[in-house]
Amino acid sequence: MDSWYKFKRVFLSVGVPPTFWLVAFFLVPLALIWVFSFGEKTGVVGIDITWTIDNYIRAFNPDILKIFAKSLWLAIAATVICLFVGLPVALGIVYAPSKWKGLLLLGIMLPFWTNLLIRTYALIAVLRTRGYVNFTLEWFDAKIRVLFDLFGMGGIATALLGERFQALELLYNDNAVILGLVYVHLPFMVLPLYAALERLDRSYLEASLDLGAGHLRTLWNVVVPLALPGIISGIIITFIPALGSFLTPDLLGGPDSAMIATIIERQFKSANDWPFGSALSFLLMYITFGALALRAVMAKRGGSDGLEG
Amino acid sequence: MTPIIGIQSITKNYGGEVLAVDDVSLDIRPGEFFALLGPSGCGKTTLLRMIAGFEVPSAGKILIDGQDMSNVPPNKRPVNMVFQSYAVFPHMTVADNVAYGLKMDGVSKSDAAGRVEEALGLVQLPGYGNRMPDQLSGGQRQRVALARALVKRPKVLLLDEPLSALDAKLREAMQLELRNLQATVGITFVMVTHDQDEALSMADRVAVMENGVVKQLAPPRDLYEYPSCRFVADFIGKMNLFQGKVTNSASGEITVGVDGIGDIRVPHDGAASGEIGIAIRPEKASVSAEKPEGADTVAIEGTIIQIAYHGDESHVFVKTDNGLTVSVTCPNRTRTIDDIANHGDRRWVSWNRGDTLVLAE
Repeated sequence: MDSWYKFKRVFLSVGVPPTFWLVAFFLVPLALIWVFSFGEKTGVVGIDITWTIDNYIRAFNPDILKIFAKSLWLAIAATVICLFVGLPVALGIVYAPSKWKGLLLLGIMLPFWTNLLIRTYALIAVLRTRGYVNFTLEWFDAKIRVLFDLFGMGGIATALLGERFQALELLYNDNAVILGLVYVHLPFMVLPLYAALERLDRSYLEASLDLGAGHLRTLWNVVVPLALPGIISGIIITFIPALGSFLTPDLLGGPDSAMIATIIERQFKSANDWPFGSALSFLLMYITFGALALRAVMAKRGGSDGLEG
Repeated sequence: MTPIIGIQSITKNYGGEVLAVDDVSLDIRPGEFFALLGPSGCGKTTLLRMIAGFEVPSAGKILIDGQDMSNVPPNKRPVNMVFQSYAVFPHMTVADNVAYGLKMDGVSKSDAAGRVEEALGLVQLPGYGNRMPDQLSGGQRQRVALARALVKRPKVLLLDEPLSALDAKLREAMQLELRNLQATVGITFVMVTHDQDEALSMADRVAVMENGVVKQLAPPRDLYEYPSCRFVADFIGKMNLFQGKVTNSASGEITVGVDGIGDIRVPHDGAASGEIGIAIRPEKASVSAEKPEGADTVAIEGTIIQIAYHGDESHVFVKTDNGLTVSVTCPNRTRTIDDIANHGDRRWVSWNRGDTLVLAE
């Protein structure tokens, strides 16, 4: 590549628009929020920039910390489940007949093209008390009771299943939020895993089998270490948006499943406390930076095998 | 002697008309260096992968040491493979790579360490245990792959195009070394190659394959001097092939009329008639200014149309007046070119009648 000064015009025409975009619509607003986070609310719309760190100190009260911790827990749980669901799915696509691969990948990506709100409400329709999961369970419940009655053992059925069918409470709790986060973020996990596994030379797997390892040991000893950069990418790409989720906990969660984004939104809207909201936003960003730094460290350690993510 | 590998009517069909391997039966003897030779797509690699267990035969049986292996997965077969790409695990040290198979077999750490060092010594890499694969050259990585397979003491070692990724000089050295290694360890080696020179110089017996079928299975010398069909004659080494008609068939000898040469009497056992192929190796013929005499000499006259100089030898192409081209390999025995011929010269190409090959197929 020649130096930029040799083809000044080319570099200017290619470089200036994105730079302008980045500065005007990303860095400047971000800087504003950062400045707000050191301000004080003086009225309904007024903010005095006093360079106080009160907003950050306020964030370290137990209630907010609890929500941060809860957000972390929900995001980590969702990421781990995504990994355990996504790895077999990605492996399945990699080893599917080539004429199926495109279709299967399309199946993974299709949800991206559907509005998140619609998908979430669809999930509610499935999970609610009078939803499809409960309908199905109720149907099985009824059939089992009929079967037991047929053999004159209705008493046993009642003892096992209770007096009558109890609908499961699947919505408005932490489990619903985790399920929703997994549902929304699974493609983020599957795609980088797929990319990493697809690149993997099959002769490594065959060599492992040839040397006496079974499929599980090959997966653990060869596939996972060699796909590690992809796995870490998948974890990061899933974890970051999961941590900042707003819609999912808001719609699927119970009163105590609020995640940090819900609290931030509340500061900017109902509480009208922009400085505090800004401070919380930046705290969330620092956590994200931490995750990225962790990835960089891991990549450096994994980089010695000559396979880059 | 029971074969170490018995391939019985093996067919492999990937779906569709073409068979990758078409009803192949052959026996591989214990302790021999066996080569599967053929052009790409002839089914040799598929056959090797079926022995290893990576491909399942569509029909037929594979016996290893008398045991039917048809339903045995690759990790339970007493064979090990050296892959074309070597497939040395990049995230493990050399020692961990070599110890991998032993670990899978549950060999104790202390036993394994000794065997790993022994195997690395065998492939001339003693003390390389702590290196990572990306610190090794291609040739060294191949040695690691060899050690990794040999350390398990398999009944058969499978080698998939083992030398194809090495440069010419190293390849020649490795040919000798692999041969010696095989003699040292006494394990049966089965090698797949498309390089006839490699197969001839290394193997005890060679199976030449084309379109999923074994065309000839013989020791290298027989393969070269007595090819069974036109494909083998043409594939192994260089060959002048002529089409002719049997004009006379006596006991132990037939006369073949070839357009552009005339009648040639060649020794041939058994009867022959109709269209037939005859052939002569370029290095078995010679070029001379005078017509050579002798009852057992075949001689044809023509014009030299091309001389290709190869350093150790020259390839002279002579065209007969009837338009048939014969190539002759002339060794450059002396430093000063003795001007055997020049472009456009009239010369006689001759050879011993007994060196003529008759190819019925």
